[in-house]
Amino acid sequence: MRTPLYRLPPLFLRIAMMAVLASALWLPGVTRAALPASVIEKLALGETEDKIAAVGEVVAAADPEGLNFLLLLLDGKVQTVANKQAIIVRDGKAVDAVTGKDIAPPPEGAEDIILNNRLRREIEAAIAALKLVSADRTARLAAAKALEGGADEGMLPILAKALEKESDPEIKALLLIIQASVQLKSSDAAVRLSAVKALAGSSSSSTKTVLLAILEKKGDEWAEPDAAVRAEAQISLEAVERRLVTGQRIGQVFSGASLGSILLLAALGLAITYGLMGVINMAHGELIMIGAYTTYMVQNLFRAHAPGAFNWYLLAAVPMAFIVSALVGMVLERVVIRFLYGRPLETLLATWGISLMLIQGVRTLFGAQNVQVENPVWMSGGVELLSNVVLPYSRIVIIGFSGVVLLLVWLALTRTRLGLFVRGVTQNRAIASCMGVHTARVDTWCFGLGSGIAGLAGCALSQIGNVGPDLGQSYIVDSFMVVVLGGVGQLAGTVYAALGLGVVNKFLEGWAGAVIAKIIVLVFIIIFIQKRPQGLFALKGRFADA
Amino acid sequence: MRDATTARAGLPLPGRPALYGARGWAGVAAAAGLIVFIAPLLNLAVPAGAALHLSDYSVSLLGKIMCFAILALAMDLIWGYTGILSLGHGAFFALGGYAFGMYLMRQIGLDGVYKSPLPDFMVFLDWKAYPWYWSFTDHFWYALLLVVLVPGVLAFVFGYFAFRSRIKGVYFSIITQAMTFAFMLLFFRNDTGFGGNNGFTDFKRILDIPIQTPQMRMTLFVITGVVLIATLLLARFIVTSKFGRVLTAIRDAESRVMFSGYDPLWYKLAIWTLSAVLAGIAGALYVPQVGIINPGEMSPAMSIEIAIWVAVGGRGSLVGAILGAFLVNGAKSWFTVAFPEYWLFFLGAIFIAVTLYLPRGVVGAFAQWKARSTSAKAAGSEPAQKAAA
Repeated sequence: MRTPLYRLPPLFLRIAMMAVLASALWLPGVTRAALPASVIEKLALGETEDKIAAVGEVVAAADPEGLNFLLLLLDGKVQTVANKQAIIVRDGKAVDAVTGKDIAPPPEGAEDIILNNRLRREIEAAIAALKLVSADRTARLAAAKALEGGADEGMLPILAKALEKESDPEIKALLLIIQASVQLKSSDAAVRLSAVKALAGSSSSSTKTVLLAILEKKGDEWAEPDAAVRAEAQISLEAVERRLVTGQRIGQVFSGASLGSILLLAALGLAITYGLMGVINMAHGELIMIGAYTTYMVQNLFRAHAPGAFNWYLLAAVPMAFIVSALVGMVLERVVIRFLYGRPLETLLATWGISLMLIQGVRTLFGAQNVQVENPVWMSGGVELLSNVVLPYSRIVIIGFSGVVLLLVWLALTRTRLGLFVRGVTQNRAIASCMGVHTARVDTWCFGLGSGIAGLAGCALSQIGNVGPDLGQSYIVDSFMVVVLGGVGQLAGTVYAALGLGVVNKFLEGWAGAVIAKIIVLVFIIIFIQKRPQGLFALKGRFADA
Repeated sequence: MRDATTARAGLPLPGRPALYGARGWAGVAAAAGLIVFIAPLLNLAVPAGAALHLSDYSVSLLGKIMCFAILALAMDLIWGYTGILSLGHGAFFALGGYAFGMYLMRQIGLDGVYKSPLPDFMVFLDWKAYPWYWSFTDHFWYALLLVVLVPGVLAFVFGYFAFRSRIKGVYFSIITQAMTFAFMLLFFRNDTGFGGNNGFTDFKRILDIPIQTPQMRMTLFVITGVVLIATLLLARFIVTSKFGRVLTAIRDAESRVMFSGYDPLWYKLAIWTLSAVLAGIAGALYVPQVGIINPGEMSPAMSIEIAIWVAVGGRGSLVGAILGAFLVNGAKSWFTVAFPEYWLFFLGAIFIAVTLYLPRGVVGAFAQWKARSTSAKAAGSEPAQKAAA
């Protein structure tokens, strides 16, 4: 094991070495101690503070066996017996953690080691640090990324070790920044100065926090006594901030537009059934889900019968998703909803019942687990604008797709005979009927159109999220909010509301976290409705213009 | 609900009708006797295995359903009588539950897994002290006050803004749904300080008395039953009063009520707040009996289910609301054991069937059937006036 890892031995040798390493740990009866007994005892039996100190020792030793032990600890495989002995339990066999001796039979009453969140974080950071010396490039990169902002002084030796071995420029740059951010705490001003200079190349937000801390004043004292270091920190800070802000803006606008386009797709169908027809369709989310499952079925058919054309399965899935959801919607309209026109609260309850049955139906047919919908090759990957901004192709495609769907819906409502009838019926049902419009049939078609668009939304969602029976539930509240906010009976309102909500949501997420952002948006909508309720009461009036 | 039934029944004006007739009071007394005397006797005195023994499982199931029945009464007041469909009552229910749950968590004391004075989930988050909103929750009476105040104040503020801008019908339903959804997201966060996903559980004591004993279970059962009957009488008192008649009028023709010189805002706000408080009380009774409260109770699905209990029993009928809660939840506990995968089909079918075929619920259908059979027997005799009750 003294061979440096970057000079890779042949594959079989590496496997053999791993096997040796593994056997040293796992095989019973091997008397070799993996870690110093004192460290193991502290990790297993000590108080939280002792445990954290011991984790630091393991990192400082940079021993691969330490990594294995920490992984076991995190996995709950390490247990204690009577608060004296630490054991490793695997596959029903117990091994003494210190001596490595087999304990048969496994001792009674072994207790799990309880890790609180703080300790868990420490161990995870330590594992990341230890993985920096791994042989696999992606593992090292992931470990380095995990350490950004989470490194401490105890990791300096292992960082130096890793830097010395590292050949990949991307990981090296990242490691240098991590090292610099740790070195800032050094007592030597020269070391700090060089560290601050090195940090100018960073585009990570944790670097910014670190630099800001340097420039802070505590009472009359500067946090950083050396003026030269402070000046340099200011320069570095500006460089980092510029990079961060640009990246952030672009990223936020893009993810906002992406979320907005998803909301738009989900709400567009609702804008037709609810906005134009006044039907509260709580099963709208389930129609989205059906569209997603249709995409899944089409994907499976292509995989089974035309694997060569698999990359183009979406071309078939899009119309199929529309047709299947539209048919389901039309059946629902014929069987249930048409009896409830003019009774919105009853419609709400009945369609909720439908949604429950559809969810359970899909669960019975496909199982409760999520199903796997694969992106075609041309949709995976993305454009990397900056080091911290990547725009996935799948999201770009969906933004474009929602634009096309919007255009088609607008054309359908303003340029086709069905659209004319729909507008006529919503304006004045009785007169439309007198003019010879078969209003009941128009209702069915209109509902089918709205449902079909939900199917298209499902097809799009299957490309970026999980597909499961509960898919629709997570969108129903959001899409109602979009329609309510946008005002009833207008497609334009829906578009503004969807995009606006998407961007606002993402910007709020930037400083408040996802859940709080969502809550703020919901509260905002509730307040907004107070201020501008007039859009909401348009149901009885005339709202023809699409 | 446009075709008001109460209007046709010809309520006497302006005098105040009695709460119940002789048969009604007899029914209430019988229910009270069953809950306060018979059930404890059958559960505690009759030995297990005897034919008449009431099992512990049945006691906790019935206790739970009685909490739901209180919730259904709250829902009926606001939906059945005032015509406002709330899809957010789960939030009030859960908030009441959480308020009392805080007290129960404090009562665990040092008996948690970590032997700490803080609840386990706080130890897990490495918190060193209770956050400010947990202050005083170790006092029983303060916890009871919170049970009433938290849902009440929330409902008052929310309702004031909503009713002031005349949000009604489905819009109101949708924003109440958004409200409960927001609360669910909030309570799912660990940092909110209410146990995140897992919520509160593992309660040990109330008022320093162990909670897991048959006697305690029975006590909670009796308290719940008494509260249920009290709620029924209170609701009956409200809907037979002048205030109640204004509520019904708001349900049937709100603009006419306004033209008659009433401001619906305060009527709606009062009944809405009362309904939320009742829901909170139901939640507080629910938590110690079921032994857990988590944000799942705030999911939109849970709230909408409350509406279906009332719809099944019969909107605008107090007994109907209670009956509906018992029917649907009884069916649920049977189905989820016997055919777990078909429960959602069945529940969905109830939603559809009730809205399509039973607009006035079981009670309404029964009254209709009774009216038809009596009028067939003696044509021209008095139509079933009692049906309106």
